[in-house]
Amino acid sequence: MDSLQLFTRQTKAISTARRSLLVLESIPGIRYSEIVDVQLGTGETRIGQVIEVGKETTVVQVFGGVSEVDLLNSKVRYKGETLKLPVSGDIMGRIFDGSGHPIDGGPPIIADTYLDINGVPANPASRMPPAEFIETGISAIDGLNVLVRGQKLPIFSGSGLPHNKIAAQILRQASLKGKSEEFAIVFGAIGVSYDDAGYFISNLEETGALSRTVAFINTASSPVIERLSTPRLALTAAEYLAWEHDMHVLVILTDITNYCDALRELAAMRGEIPSRRGYPGYMYTDLASLYERAGRISGKEGSVTIIPILTMPDDDITHPIADLTGYITEGQIVLSRSLERKRIYPPIDVFLSLSRMMKEGIGEGNTREDHNNVFMQSYAVYAEGNYLREISTVIGSEALSDRDRLYLSASDRFEQEFISQAENNRRTVEETLGLAWNIFSMLPREDLKLIQEEYINKYLPEAPENRTTTGTD
Amino acid sequence: MGKIWKISGPVVIAEGMRGTQVYEVVDVGDEKLTGEIIGLERDQAVIQVYEDTVGLKVGEPVTGTGHILMVELGPGLVGNIYDGVQRSLVTMMDEIGDFLVRGVRTDPLDRKKKWHFTPSVKAGDAVQEGDIIGSVPETGLIEHRIMVPIGTQGTILEIAEGDFTIVETVATVEHEGEKKPLTLMQKWPARKPRIYKKRFNPEDLLVTGTRIIDYLFPLALGGKAAIPGGFGTGKTVTLQQMARWSQTQLNIYVGCGERGNEMADVLQSFKKLRDPATDRLLQEKEIFIANTSNMPVVAREISIFIGITMAEYFRDMGYDVLLVADSTSRWAEAMREIGARLEETPGEEGFPTYLGSRLSAFYERSGRVECIGSPKRMGSATVIGSVSPPGADFSEPVTQATLRIVDVLYSLDVALANKRHFPTINWLQSYSLYTDSVDAWWNKISPDYSDIRNKALITLQHEAELEEIVRLVGPEALPEDDKLVLLAARMIREDFLMQSAYHPVDTYTQPARAHMMISAIMKFYDLAEEATESGMLVSEIASSKILPRISRMKDIPNEEFDDYMKQLWSDMDKNPFV
Repeated sequence: MDSLQLFTRQTKAISTARRSLLVLESIPGIRYSEIVDVQLGTGETRIGQVIEVGKETTVVQVFGGVSEVDLLNSKVRYKGETLKLPVSGDIMGRIFDGSGHPIDGGPPIIADTYLDINGVPANPASRMPPAEFIETGISAIDGLNVLVRGQKLPIFSGSGLPHNKIAAQILRQASLKGKSEEFAIVFGAIGVSYDDAGYFISNLEETGALSRTVAFINTASSPVIERLSTPRLALTAAEYLAWEHDMHVLVILTDITNYCDALRELAAMRGEIPSRRGYPGYMYTDLASLYERAGRISGKEGSVTIIPILTMPDDDITHPIADLTGYITEGQIVLSRSLERKRIYPPIDVFLSLSRMMKEGIGEGNTREDHNNVFMQSYAVYAEGNYLREISTVIGSEALSDRDRLYLSASDRFEQEFISQAENNRRTVEETLGLAWNIFSMLPREDLKLIQEEYINKYLPEAPENRTTTGTD
Repeated sequence: MGKIWKISGPVVIAEGMRGTQVYEVVDVGDEKLTGEIIGLERDQAVIQVYEDTVGLKVGEPVTGTGHILMVELGPGLVGNIYDGVQRSLVTMMDEIGDFLVRGVRTDPLDRKKKWHFTPSVKAGDAVQEGDIIGSVPETGLIEHRIMVPIGTQGTILEIAEGDFTIVETVATVEHEGEKKPLTLMQKWPARKPRIYKKRFNPEDLLVTGTRIIDYLFPLALGGKAAIPGGFGTGKTVTLQQMARWSQTQLNIYVGCGERGNEMADVLQSFKKLRDPATDRLLQEKEIFIANTSNMPVVAREISIFIGITMAEYFRDMGYDVLLVADSTSRWAEAMREIGARLEETPGEEGFPTYLGSRLSAFYERSGRVECIGSPKRMGSATVIGSVSPPGADFSEPVTQATLRIVDVLYSLDVALANKRHFPTINWLQSYSLYTDSVDAWWNKISPDYSDIRNKALITLQHEAELEEIVRLVGPEALPEDDKLVLLAARMIREDFLMQSAYHPVDTYTQPARAHMMISAIMKFYDLAEEATESGMLVSEIASSKILPRISRMKDIPNEEFDDYMKQLWSDMDKNPFV
């Protein structure tokens, strides 16, 4: 029976090999979407996936392309299963490639169980709305764009902007306020350069965080098809740690732009009808199948928080990758080239950035009672200052009133003191709010319209030296 | 029974399917995944499968169920949470756990629960289709009226008060010697509009409690509206606000291809929030359909029709029903994906050419009608759909096709979102074709309504023109009367149009209160106009102590509001500019 099984599970009847696709004669028992081995005449073996199965023909997409496939000697062997990741508690501290094989020189994982890398959607009725504040130690995030456990909050960046530094800083500093628990970290590198991947790994190593990290690395030189499996492997590991081991997991996926380009490349090879800018029409759904794996489940201890990083081509926020991501994720942290040029780190554009889960994660019990008021007021002051800066470039600053000049310098201080901070500087949320109050203290007290009277009495510093502008012009 | 012949994504072709019909529901494969036949050719059927098809094999069985996709209608709908094909997510959570595994069937309505039925007709009465024969108190807010199903008529042989499950016979009807049992539950095909006696133009205001909507761009009961907006413009929050506070008897929230965490947030909040008119929990008047973006794509297409069928069913009881659909773009994308799999000739941007007609088929099921059957009653179904245009570009096909159908546009503006002005409904681009028809409704609150509304809109328009000049010459260079326009427009924007969904008082504003708020602003504006004419500077006016009091109007609790406004009004009359 076994030998018969072997015989029927393998075919040599390949009729077409073109682009990345093989068309072959169907044999009974092939499953839709299953993984196959393609054995080349040269002896090399590649992995493929069934993308269409019919009674007469089956279409297989070959990971790594069909070069050197010949129709005479190549064989396709069916494995009868979809792509699965072996998992156990031992995956912590390990580094894998985009197929889930260890690349850190360690032994293979002895699996407790094998998980389908596509995951299973959570029942919306079982989900718990994310609400617990994560202190990242970065003022522009903790003060104005709060991250909560179970959220998916991407970083929208551009080429040459310091998104990796910021992500690494979040990984180093993220903690739950007032608790000592540490996050488990899952890192998925998708088509990034060897240096970028190395930067994260050595960063984690230096801080001793590598022992609570699982990394999946697909570098720019690895097979394109594995860019699609890398984030799925990472999220499968994250879900396993969160739902089976009650861990709070922080997932970093970088760079989603490479993921989407791989999706486009493979869709084009299949001859699919392209949608905007050549990306497939189902890209929204495909990205959602990744991002939606973030969350909390009622009755379970753990959580999955996802920080995807993407580089917007030409800094264009309406580009399909950024656009579709923004429609799925719960906000976005947008990096600004003009702040970067002013040498402000982290160059977070406060106006374009947004955290939809913020209201749940702040206030008494989470951060501090005055947080929402401070957020609204900071925002208003900075927006007013920016507006004045814009018109003063046209009409000249002489045409501004004294009050206007006060706002201009307040908004400069906001950039220099509040947004800007050192890469190794970890601010508590109280420190962050305190910085904002310092800036408020230079404004007339009656201008603080968005803050309740009792908070002004309680938190506004009585520092007259703050009322003079601090020569930042 | 047929067999799978080909599998391509969510589309499966089966052979040996002679005797099945188009739109018939089928069980696909050994796991019995739910599918629907969308085309037949000789003995082959093209099937769209509502669940993930990974792992299916050629040759697995496909069985027809003999019926097309029906919505179960009856007590137990209200407060329930369904997926895109009306499987109860609450039941699935209890029975199979926190994750949605494939091939699970659940009854949409609980077959075991007993409901107390009180008849309103008696034995010997003649009944027609649509007649109300009795009722069941479904929740504290909904009296579920039991109607004679469409296609049934005759004389009531027996009917009794008592406790029944939805499948037990509550009455028997005889027609031409044929006896037919009636139960609390009936079924209706999702894709087919339910019938009514006569359709009327919408003319009563649908009170949403959102000021910019109720006052500037009113929606009427039975109307249809679209909310397009780029990401981050607060589409979902705006829709949630409408689903929460709208003064309709029943609301249906269809989450179509959207975020799971947000859906969780909606579900949790409806368990806590109370209806302002009745002080009952909101979930007592709400039905949820949740097909989040990571759930099967094909189910998105049908979920909208299931929602609208439920809306029509409650409309037929004589209720005012609101359906919000978030987002119709994801629904259209699902059609595009199926269309591509079927290798149909694509229309604009790859969307199927029938995009427009399918959108109309949905929106046109809204309306204010005289319901079929007796007693004579009016009901309405109002539909609001959000649209998610790629790159916030409203020229794309789904937005444009939608705008040709709807009568109200709430255009959400990225620039307002970046200024944190919420709701981000742009007052220059939005419109409502119901303004004239709901005038009569507003005039009962105040005869000044039209004047004030128009003056507010003109002021905002004037501000937009002045803004362009300000960017060139600065605000100080404007003449005093223009500076006053800027001040007044700013008051309208910040003290009236801006509204916080998260502030306990501000989140919902009754129409009368909204009218008083804007009247106070416009009165101050009138007084200021007079003052500038007699030489007062706008900078002096702007430092009036009245202004912060106007700003605080929003947050004053309802019970203190009248006193607050009386005091404000009399102080304005005495001396407005100190």
